[in-house]
Amino acid sequence: MPVILEHLGKRFGDGAPVLDDVNANINQGEFVALLGASGCGKSTLLNIIAGLEAPTSGALEVPSDGAAFMFQDAALFPWLTARENIELALKLRGVGKAERRIKAQELLELVHLGTAGDKRPHELSGGMRQRVSLARSLAQDRQLLLMDEPFAALDAITRDLLHDELERIWKETGRTIVFVTHNVREAVRLGQRVLLLSSRPGRVVQEWAVTEEHRTDAGLAGQLTGVITARLREEIRRHAK
Amino acid sequence: MPSNPSPLAEVTETREHVHAALTRTSTGKEDLRELESGLDSLQSDADRKHRIDWSRILLPVAALVVMVLIWQFYVSLGVKRRDLVPGPLDVVAQMGVLWSDGKFQQSIWTSLQRGVVGFLISVAIATPVGLLLAQVAPLRRAFGPLISGLQVLPSVAWVPAAIIWFGLTDATVYFVVFMGAIPSIINGLISGVDQIPPQYRRVGTVLGASRLQMALQVILPAALPGYLSGLKQGWAFSWRSLMAAEIIAVGGTIGFGLGSLLDQGRVLSDMTIVMAAILLILGVGILIEPAGLRAHRKATPAPPRPPGRQHPLTRPVQSQTHRKSPTAAVGLLPLPAANA
Repeated sequence: MPVILEHLGKRFGDGAPVLDDVNANINQGEFVALLGASGCGKSTLLNIIAGLEAPTSGALEVPSDGAAFMFQDAALFPWLTARENIELALKLRGVGKAERRIKAQELLELVHLGTAGDKRPHELSGGMRQRVSLARSLAQDRQLLLMDEPFAALDAITRDLLHDELERIWKETGRTIVFVTHNVREAVRLGQRVLLLSSRPGRVVQEWAVTEEHRTDAGLAGQLTGVITARLREEIRRHAK
Repeated sequence: MPSNPSPLAEVTETREHVHAALTRTSTGKEDLRELESGLDSLQSDADRKHRIDWSRILLPVAALVVMVLIWQFYVSLGVKRRDLVPGPLDVVAQMGVLWSDGKFQQSIWTSLQRGVVGFLISVAIATPVGLLLAQVAPLRRAFGPLISGLQVLPSVAWVPAAIIWFGLTDATVYFVVFMGAIPSIINGLISGVDQIPPQYRRVGTVLGASRLQMALQVILPAALPGYLSGLKQGWAFSWRSLMAAEIIAVGGTIGFGLGSLLDQGRVLSDMTIVMAAILLILGVGILIEPAGLRAHRKATPAPPRPPGRQHPLTRPVQSQTHRKSPTAAVGLLPLPAANA
């Protein structure tokens, strides 16, 4: 079940439109990076896809069971351990107690945190928290996973590693991922497709395909990064006074 | 951070096994696991041993000893008559006398029991009211200022009214305790709910929590730190109010509490009884407080580490204690969490 966005628009109150005529198709199992400068309504678009906000115009088709969501800060509940955070997601989904225990451990293993399950969020590093958060969003067991700049607050070393990790998990679980970022390298590193969103109003202005060669060839990836960055800057320059 | 737009520099680099951020950086699942576990151990703090911090116990005790010594020294200078300013030893001796009379035990038991019962009833009343006010905005607009005002009003001010309404009975004492504790607890609960980061509710929504699940699984535990500091303050207020009520309202069917003991000392002009009663009131207050504090600290998580953000659960009110706790990353808070 793909995501289809048709002429999607959003404005808050009487203000200028945040999103205007957004068109995009996202296929089952695809990894799409949604790239844009600040104020392009990336997060708003994600919220609309997640059903947290309603569009003011246009139509969209999303999976009927909704979407899993991963936020920029891990947003783990500090009064629960890593394991309990994951179990809560399972519990709210209606998974039985015994199964919750098993499933949570599996998910912890999946993000390589099998031994850290009993730690509280404040005892974990930023990268570990984000991995717990990833495990929690996987616990929701939705085909569609929306990620709102989940690695933006991490240090570069951790981020690089989590890119590999996310790619691995995406391949293992076959999720459809929409990944919002303002980092061109990150978009090229992760997405199979990079959609560039213009700013004020947000609109998909161009898209690029990222191939397997880009994953292994830094030169090729660098070239694409350069091309996308140039296009992004063109968008930003439009707003110069 | 957008990369440098000139792609040429990157193209000239070696094509083979370039471990740049632009491509896959690990060679396989095992490699990734190993890297991550290395980074995890680098980034998480070494296991902190939860040893008993003796300075936390010894320093206050030392301070106490110094104060008693200064007191004794002052008394031995003989500036004032001994029956007006008794020394520590006289007071201890008086306590012994009170103990053998049974007054010591009786007064502590009476007051403590009343304080605890009054406090628990206050909690039972204030919690639903506080939740209601926190959730229903118009109600809160209407009653919020009144409740804040009641918190400022010394509950002793209710003693005359209570005596007229209820006479010299336990009801008078309880009424005054309620008026002291209930507003504090309500306020604590409201600010606890207010300080829940909006993100938590969004997570709850995304995870598919129903209204009830949201209240029980998200809002209540998230509001706990504020609620507990409200409870703490509520206890302090009920204890103070209780003492005031016991000092003012003596006789009738009101039992013999610490406040009554204090008043008896005044009537008998026996400073040793007065001092003994004050020390007992203080002692009970000090002993009960840490019990509440421990629960508070357990429920209040240490601030998370991302710099530039203050932990939303660190309350400015009475936060001295947990700011000093070894788990709090005080140095990373960009602004003083509290100017308490």
